[in-house]
Amino acid sequence: MAMSTDPPALTKPAPLTTLWLLLAVTSVGMLLAPQLILRAPTEPTMGFVQRIFYFHVPCAWLAMLGALTCGVASALYLFKNSDKAEHVAVSAAELTVVFGLIAIVSGPLWARKAWGVWWQWDVRLTTTALLWIIFIAYLFARRYGGPGGRRLGAGLALFGAADVPMIYVSVSLWRTIHPKTSVVPTLDPGMRPAFWLSMVSLHVLFIVLMQLRVRLERARARYNALHLQAQDAGLIDD
Amino acid sequence: MTSASFPRQVAMLLWKDVRVELRAGELIYATLLFAIIIVLLFSFAFLGGAPPTVEVMAGVLWVALSLSGMLGISRSFEREREADTLRALLLAPVERSALYLSKLLSVSLLMLLLCAVVVPALCLLFGMQVGDAGAWGRLILLLTLGILGFAAVAALFGASLGRARVREVLLPLLVYPLVVPVLLAGARGTYAILYGTPESLDDAARWLKFLLVFDSLAVMGGLWLFEPLCATE
Repeated sequence: MAMSTDPPALTKPAPLTTLWLLLAVTSVGMLLAPQLILRAPTEPTMGFVQRIFYFHVPCAWLAMLGALTCGVASALYLFKNSDKAEHVAVSAAELTVVFGLIAIVSGPLWARKAWGVWWQWDVRLTTTALLWIIFIAYLFARRYGGPGGRRLGAGLALFGAADVPMIYVSVSLWRTIHPKTSVVPTLDPGMRPAFWLSMVSLHVLFIVLMQLRVRLERARARYNALHLQAQDAGLIDD
Repeated sequence: MTSASFPRQVAMLLWKDVRVELRAGELIYATLLFAIIIVLLFSFAFLGGAPPTVEVMAGVLWVALSLSGMLGISRSFEREREADTLRALLLAPVERSALYLSKLLSVSLLMLLLCAVVVPALCLLFGMQVGDAGAWGRLILLLTLGILGFAAVAALFGASLGRARVREVLLPLLVYPLVVPVLLAGARGTYAILYGTPESLDDAARWLKFLLVFDSLAVMGGLWLFEPLCATE
């Protein structure tokens, strides 16, 4: 397997100052958000536990965003053979798993108080659990699949991304006990600052993590290419 | 560059799979036996207590079908790989989509055969009663549509496993999450058919439509993705 081409140049990294700035923004947001969440009016029927909402909804939303990003990037990888897109895809898939886990853990905690059960086989819950498992399988295929695992994962990611619209419309198409998406635009004005601050802070966190993860993936690809070149040149054994 | 028309290519490739199986026989017998063993295991696990409900029967039917189907599918692709015949097929002057469709059909045929064993086994061991000819027709339609959806996903990933490591583990891991909608619709639909009231039959009709939509999407996705997924890096 001779590498005749130069190793991919270390693509212009996003300036670190921007990353630090974004990190500062999300940190400030996360310090402020709990204050706002505590000050937001208590929802009369569900009580204090409803405050999970400020955390649960942005994380579920980011998991869906990650899945869509991974799907688009995987399509670019499959059809255009773009390695850069593959780096974005795997980073997005990991973030989908992380934010999906937060949504899947915080959901039942809330449901236990609000519905009296931890889990209900409701369409939105089922499709969300499915999304999470598909992306776990994606990471598994990529990690243990060896050669060819990347393509398999990309195929899986496309199906996973197709699940996102299902999750989004599930509450409108079926009678479910999960609150509808229309909760957000019709939110009580007192709850809005806390919600939108959480939303923005977590989005910025998502962007920061995504950037860091893509940089790591590119550095890894460059390292592998250099390693192969060094082998070809006889500089290192094995 | 292709010599035969598209339907003929599909038919020829399908006939090849059937003929290999008719000569070797290992896959059919092993898978059928496995399916019977799964139903037996379920009957040992469930029977003895209260008589099984219709819901349990529907669940057992679809779980037995998907477990034994997966075994057959992964074995059939492993056989292609051992002899390196999948590579030969990819090199042959046939359309990639014809290759995919023929795999889809041969997997479906295998799973339909499984149904012919699993359904009578359920009638025998679980006392499942389907009812009149209309109910049988609905059940067969439901099984066929469910199997097509299952096969559409399994054939895509089975053929693309290629050089991947841990293939035997990877295939079920990739396919099962994607076919959850099929299992869900299949089990709910079977339950509705077995229950047999007019309202539940309406419900069954809804699940049939759901499966039809899933199948069309899965087959389209498979045709679209088969070529890039089978490509080697």
